[in-house]
Amino acid sequence: MSATDITPTPRRIPDRLDKPFRSAILSWEALLVAVAVTIFIVNSFASPYFLDVWSLSDLTFNFTEKGLIALAMALLIISGEIDLSVAAIIALASTLMGMAAQVGVDTPGVLLIGVGTGLVCGAFNGLLVTGLGLPSIVVTIGTMSLFRGTAFIILGDQAYKGYPASFAFFGQGYVWWVFSFELALFAIAAVVYWFVLHRTSFGRRIFAIGNNAVAAQFSGVRVGRIKFILFCLTGLMSGIAAVLITSRLGSTRPSIAQGYELEVITMVVLGGVSILGGAGSILGVVLAALIMGLVTFGLGLLNVPGIVMSIFIGLLLIMVIALPILWDRFGRRRRLA
Amino acid sequence: MDTKAHTTQTPMRDHPATPRLTLAGVTKTFPGVRALHNVGLSLYPGQVTALIGENGAGKSTLVKILTGIYRPDAGTITVDGRQVSLASAHDAFEQGITAIHQETVLFDDLSVAENIFLGHAPRTRFGTIDWRAMRSRAAEVLKGMGAAHIDPDARLKDLGIANKHLVAVARAMSIDAQIVIMDEPTAALSAKEIEDLFELIDLLKREGKAILFISHKFDEIYRIAERYTVFRDGEMVGEGLLADASQNEIVKMMVGRAVDHIFPERQPQIGAPMLSVSDLSHPTEFDGISFELRKGEILGFYGLVGAGRSELMHAVFGITRTSRGTMTLDGAPVAPRSAAEAIEAGVVYVPEERGKQGVVIGMPIFKNVSLPSLKRTSKSGVLQLKEEFGLARKYTERLDLRASSLSQDVGTLSGGNQQKVVIAKWLATDPKVIILDEPTKGIDIGSKAAVHAFMAELVEQGLSVIMVSSELPEILGMSDRVVVMREGRIAAVYDNKGLDAVTLVQTAAGIAA
Repeated sequence: MSATDITPTPRRIPDRLDKPFRSAILSWEALLVAVAVTIFIVNSFASPYFLDVWSLSDLTFNFTEKGLIALAMALLIISGEIDLSVAAIIALASTLMGMAAQVGVDTPGVLLIGVGTGLVCGAFNGLLVTGLGLPSIVVTIGTMSLFRGTAFIILGDQAYKGYPASFAFFGQGYVWWVFSFELALFAIAAVVYWFVLHRTSFGRRIFAIGNNAVAAQFSGVRVGRIKFILFCLTGLMSGIAAVLITSRLGSTRPSIAQGYELEVITMVVLGGVSILGGAGSILGVVLAALIMGLVTFGLGLLNVPGIVMSIFIGLLLIMVIALPILWDRFGRRRRLA
Repeated sequence: MDTKAHTTQTPMRDHPATPRLTLAGVTKTFPGVRALHNVGLSLYPGQVTALIGENGAGKSTLVKILTGIYRPDAGTITVDGRQVSLASAHDAFEQGITAIHQETVLFDDLSVAENIFLGHAPRTRFGTIDWRAMRSRAAEVLKGMGAAHIDPDARLKDLGIANKHLVAVARAMSIDAQIVIMDEPTAALSAKEIEDLFELIDLLKREGKAILFISHKFDEIYRIAERYTVFRDGEMVGEGLLADASQNEIVKMMVGRAVDHIFPERQPQIGAPMLSVSDLSHPTEFDGISFELRKGEILGFYGLVGAGRSELMHAVFGITRTSRGTMTLDGAPVAPRSAAEAIEAGVVYVPEERGKQGVVIGMPIFKNVSLPSLKRTSKSGVLQLKEEFGLARKYTERLDLRASSLSQDVGTLSGGNQQKVVIAKWLATDPKVIILDEPTKGIDIGSKAAVHAFMAELVEQGLSVIMVSSELPEILGMSDRVVVMREGRIAAVYDNKGLDAVTLVQTAAGIAA
């Protein structure tokens, strides 16, 4: 053996090897674009009313509220946690806003109460998970009942109406032509979340925690603090969604936003976020939100009843969780063969 | 070194009939790594073949191919003269191949009898499991191999590791496996248990089983095996009868170079105290720990497993809370409450559990390296990939990392290269004190030497190193002073001049000299 085997020769390691174009074509996001286009085309054939700008504008209301929560939920799931209480937070925030409006609080105050309630609820979840070290799935199943239960106690089978007139803008207003305030807010939030997750050190740490929280902690990542912030963000987005829904409906019942948590999680997982944490992209989540909106709107145009839609959401959730796992298994088998 | 000459010299005498199992031209590649290249192996009935090689030589891959977990890219596997394909664990089982691993892959919550007969339990007429027959046959098998002391009804988790091995062997006997693979079976056994296992292997030999025995310990190999096969870097570099090969010859084949001078020569330049620890205590793990680490010094921490060394280092690194005691770093008091604070102060820790605590598997190399340095590589929180690649390149190339690109998932690297990523990550933070916990555990000799050379280089540059190690040659070869811990306390501190292994072992075990 020659000496070259012993004394290592320093060599240059390239930054990357993959071909960006090839990997972009084969990505999950590309698949989602194809699915979205297909559903769009199917919808336009299925109903003569679909290809109308106002019709399409209405369509966006099907995903903007859930989509806003899904953005924060994506970060939370990437970090390896989950929040099942988001819909219950909406119920509680909406109820408290209704109470405030009832006693004559004006729009800014109502807005603040809605958003603030969301933030506080999120912080409560975060404290239980990071402070006491409890599993988030258990904590948020508990707070789901707690938050909505509180709304039921306050409201009973009543409904709050009589919001200030200017409050209607958030859920019903348009910023320009067919573009609603909700859509504009979703677009801005998507860009902000994309930037935070993919372009900041905060986002990098979220991925690190989701892949291996212990090694991240040993590398100086403040795991508890970051997870707490993510729970707060998810609560905050739920509070914002509560404002939008309440404003759009103009009334509050304790059953408001029932079942939204599943649709939000379906969006996140359909968007390619690993349910096990550590992987995902905001682009995927935005595309998934769009697909969910297209599908539910299309089914609505065809007069499919709501209960069938929820069956559809359930099937979709199972499928999108199973698909990546099966895909991976198939890929591995091919590699081993 | 000439290995070819050696293989051709292999004498043909004592060849018992034909091999029971033959591998020829087997190749297996993973993304970025060639695990096996054109290797061969023959196992003969009634004989033990020792598979020898450094970590990363391809032994585990070969075992996985033989047990149907991996499929080779090329090559043939022949059992009793018939070419077979081992596409699944079940195929391997059908071909009479069974493996006993270092950590047995049996089922802790099942009984001994269930473990022995899992998958081929005796049935009643109605197709249900015949529990009575299973129990009595299990007892029979165990008795036949001199292990009557094991109760067939006992839960496996209540057995010691040696008895678990016996159950694994009993399983092999019960399925009438003709080919038995033993992957470091003695790693966790006491001397007495090893001898019992060897008697059992002798029994298997007499029954004509072909045995593949993987071990790092030469005394065991010479005690039990007739033949050897040596792998190096995924290639077969020699095989033959052990009677014809000296230990030195085999070691040379393994490493492809002489093994002396593994430890770097150095002239320690020891300066002022860098880290002073005083009366550091933990409610359960360690108590009243005081020591001093000086600039440019390598301080070895020796002790038995469970002496509290890793726990102490976790406390110094801010991961574990202490109940009492103080620390001073470079003259200023420090009390890190998290790893983040320790890193900021200049103390970093290379953990023993590399896969769990060291690297973030699933993330590329460069992101692993930059993780603790993100504050410096980003601009007001915004990532600067160019800076990150630059940082990662600077330190990984300095450590001679072997990787196809910096965007490669760190999980696809070998243990030694993963360790280099961990060390690169810490060097990039510009630390004052670097704590290495079993730095060369589970990495190949080449990487070991690189880590050692690098440690020497670090202290030369004025860093201070704490090295926790259970390997005596490493402790004696690298340390300036050695702290010996026993049951959570410091038993002794030695100057490493004329220090011998016997003293260390006696101090660590609490045996009077």
